[in-house]
Amino acid sequence: MSDILKNQPLTIALVGNPNTGKSTLFNALTGLKQKVGNYPGVTVERKTGSVEIDGTRHKIIDLPGTYSLNHKKVDERIAYQTLIGEYEYEETPDLAVLVLDSTNLDRNMYLATQVMDLEIPMIVLLNMSDLAEERGIEVDTNTIQKRLGVPVLPIVAKDKGDIQNVRQAIADHDLEAPKPLSWKPQQPLAEAITLITDEWLHPHTDLPDRAHPIEALRLISNNQVSDDFKNHPRREVAEEIIAKAQSQLEDAGENPTAVEVMARYKFIEQCTSNGNGNHRQEESETLSDKIDAVVTHKFLGPVILVAILLLMFQAIFSWAEPFMNLIDLFFVQAGNTVAETLPPGILNDLLVEGIIAGLGGVVIFLPQIMFLFFFISILEGTGYMARAAFVMDGFMTRIGLHGRSVVPLMSGFACAVPGIMAARTIESWSDRLITIMVLPFMACSARLPVYALMISAFVPNENAFGFISMQGLTFFGLYIFGIVMAILAAWVMKMFFTDGESTPFMMELPSYKMPKWSAVFYNMFERGWIFVKEAGKIIMAISIVLWFLASYPKVEVPDSITNSTTTTEASFNAQESASSYKLKHSYAGQIGQFIEPVIKPLGFDWKIGIGLITSFAAREVMVGTLNTIYSVGESGGNTTTLKQKLINDKDPDTGEAVFSTLSAISLMVFFALAMQCMSTLAIVRRETNSWKWPAIMFIYMTALAYICSLVVYQGGQALGW
Amino acid sequence: MSILLSEQKQNGKKTIADVTGPKAARLLEMGLLPGTTVEVIRSAPLGFPIEIKVRGYLLTLRKEEAECIEIE
Ligand SMILES: Nc1nc2c(ncn2[C@@H]2O[C@H](COP(=O)(O)OP(=O)(O)O)[C@@H](O)[C@H]2O)c(=O)[nH]1
Ligand SMILES: [Mg+2]
Repeated sequence: MSDILKNQPLTIALVGNPNTGKSTLFNALTGLKQKVGNYPGVTVERKTGSVEIDGTRHKIIDLPGTYSLNHKKVDERIAYQTLIGEYEYEETPDLAVLVLDSTNLDRNMYLATQVMDLEIPMIVLLNMSDLAEERGIEVDTNTIQKRLGVPVLPIVAKDKGDIQNVRQAIADHDLEAPKPLSWKPQQPLAEAITLITDEWLHPHTDLPDRAHPIEALRLISNNQVSDDFKNHPRREVAEEIIAKAQSQLEDAGENPTAVEVMARYKFIEQCTSNGNGNHRQEESETLSDKIDAVVTHKFLGPVILVAILLLMFQAIFSWAEPFMNLIDLFFVQAGNTVAETLPPGILNDLLVEGIIAGLGGVVIFLPQIMFLFFFISILEGTGYMARAAFVMDGFMTRIGLHGRSVVPLMSGFACAVPGIMAARTIESWSDRLITIMVLPFMACSARLPVYALMISAFVPNENAFGFISMQGLTFFGLYIFGIVMAILAAWVMKMFFTDGESTPFMMELPSYKMPKWSAVFYNMFERGWIFVKEAGKIIMAISIVLWFLASYPKVEVPDSITNSTTTTEASFNAQESASSYKLKHSYAGQIGQFIEPVIKPLGFDWKIGIGLITSFAAREVMVGTLNTIYSVGESGGNTTTLKQKLINDKDPDTGEAVFSTLSAISLMVFFALAMQCMSTLAIVRRETNSWKWPAIMFIYMTALAYICSLVVYQGGQALGW
Repeated sequence: MSILLSEQKQNGKKTIADVTGPKAARLLEMGLLPGTTVEVIRSAPLGFPIEIKVRGYLLTLRKEEAECIEIE
């Protein structure tokens, strides 16, 4: 580095194709000094960190992985705009560090030649050189360096010594930018670039000069130019100039779409010293090929995938449970301790029932989230995830989803929250969004207590056809019902949101690798932390509101309930009745009674109404609320007594039973479909980076639930059930 | 005579004759150029996507993408 620039803090961008080792390098350079968040307004994750080299602290940005700078997708656009210094939410990098996969240099160098055109100082790292060597792929670093005219370094991102070399290369860099168009476009293309630059980009846009060649090339190769200028005031001018450039090329016998790419690849093939781009197709079968022959096999592939999914499911479903119980116990204990130490009063209630309970409601998700991301990190790290998507894509596209939707949807059976977080492995935005939007239809474990209560109370414990348990069949039916609704919803949504430009599937299958354990654990904790930090606040806030609604206004419990008798048994019951009385007169109780006319046609009375309000905290809260309303004692507070009370409950006016099998089914249908989970909404807000999608989700799911329950209950009554 | 990559049934090596259609730009960028050799390795359970090897790496293509590629 020249003396003036020495010790100047730099902003360094890591650029490269997906899966080339950018994040591995980023972690190795920054250690734990990193921040992760979202870019504003979009769903692309932003990772920044810092590294100290020779006493100077440089900032590092881990840009989203991209195959090219022809920005069709948001993450490509962010990478491009950041590199030309036009992205308002990111600093302009002083140095680009290109991370290339040595086992796949041709395609990786394509991006490198594009970045070189941006006149940004750069270093090229040929990563995965261990794998290249293993496979007998020869990489001629000197030739590449000579041709590109920038520092080129073969590395293994996992190797400490190599990381030191990278730090040295950053410190030694003279910050000279490479010359643009060093891949030497032929005469007709060069002329077309000049034409567009001089007649359009220069006079009519405010793009920085160094972005002109890339932008001109993008316009030349683009066959849907008009999309770019829909709202541009000089739209006609642009279209005319571009058409002129394109027809000049055609006259010279070139295909405007292909000419740039072909010229770049020709240059690349000279760098990698081969004539036709084909020399690297190894003839011998690699271990990767052998594994693939099994796991992507037409029949074995799906079987293996299902086995893996079941294992994952088992983990998030039952291995997480002891941890969840511990967390539960801890927060209950903490609540009790605080309740006893502080003087009784509003502050005490707020702390114990609002804040501590709310905090517990956030932390309780961590075991499932972390188990799921433990598995996902392994599946991604080994390269299996892409194979799973390949195997499932045929099935999933038929129902409007994506091969990568399988793992998130499957996780949704345990809990929608980790499932929605897992949807980030789906690259295409519209596919990811649809997966997120239908995922809460999967019958999550929080619905089980409600289903169990209703089924045991109102579905006869008999066998159909002599051997199929009716209760079991109802359970199974509810699962299938959720899946079918998810499929239908996905199919309908597919008609509404297509990306417009339909991003291609074209998925790379990376070669198998051993996962890096530190990365697996890091990812696990990172996802857990993101949940606590970003969804946690929302969940806390809503918990406090719900606590307030269920506890206020404080009412005087009439003497008839508090002091009726003095025997221990009776006073115990009276105690319970008091809390039932309080709940009924709270705001939540009033709302429950207020909405009764609306839910009456579904077969629900005001008690269920209160439960629908309180269970917004989490679906299983319904059971606790009914326990309170029906004054089921804590000691006998198992569902058997609640079950009896539900069965025996009579309408005081008509004397008819409040619940029937039909209204129970209607309630279960409602629970299967309604969006009654604030944690899900909070995580959707985080993952889609806007309140729009959680709002739409809440409205459409709840409306659908209402309609379906209405049809079930009214239809059932009309049929005389 | 050339046929579409989506229509040929046999696995093995082919040479690309042309890349056209709506997805052409991205396919070209991924290194699938006229004259490049691709090897069809297998197809997924319901026929698509297909898995190909090109320039030493593995790529999967859905039907719409394979339809943009003509082979010799
Ligand atoms: N053998 C080997 N594996 C690597 C190397 N660099 C990264 N990996 C692995 O490649 C995979 C993808 O790396 P990652 O950093 O996530 O790539 P990114 O998508 O570019 O951020 C991970 O499993 C890494 O452990 C390397 O130099 N050699
Ligand atoms: Mg990464």
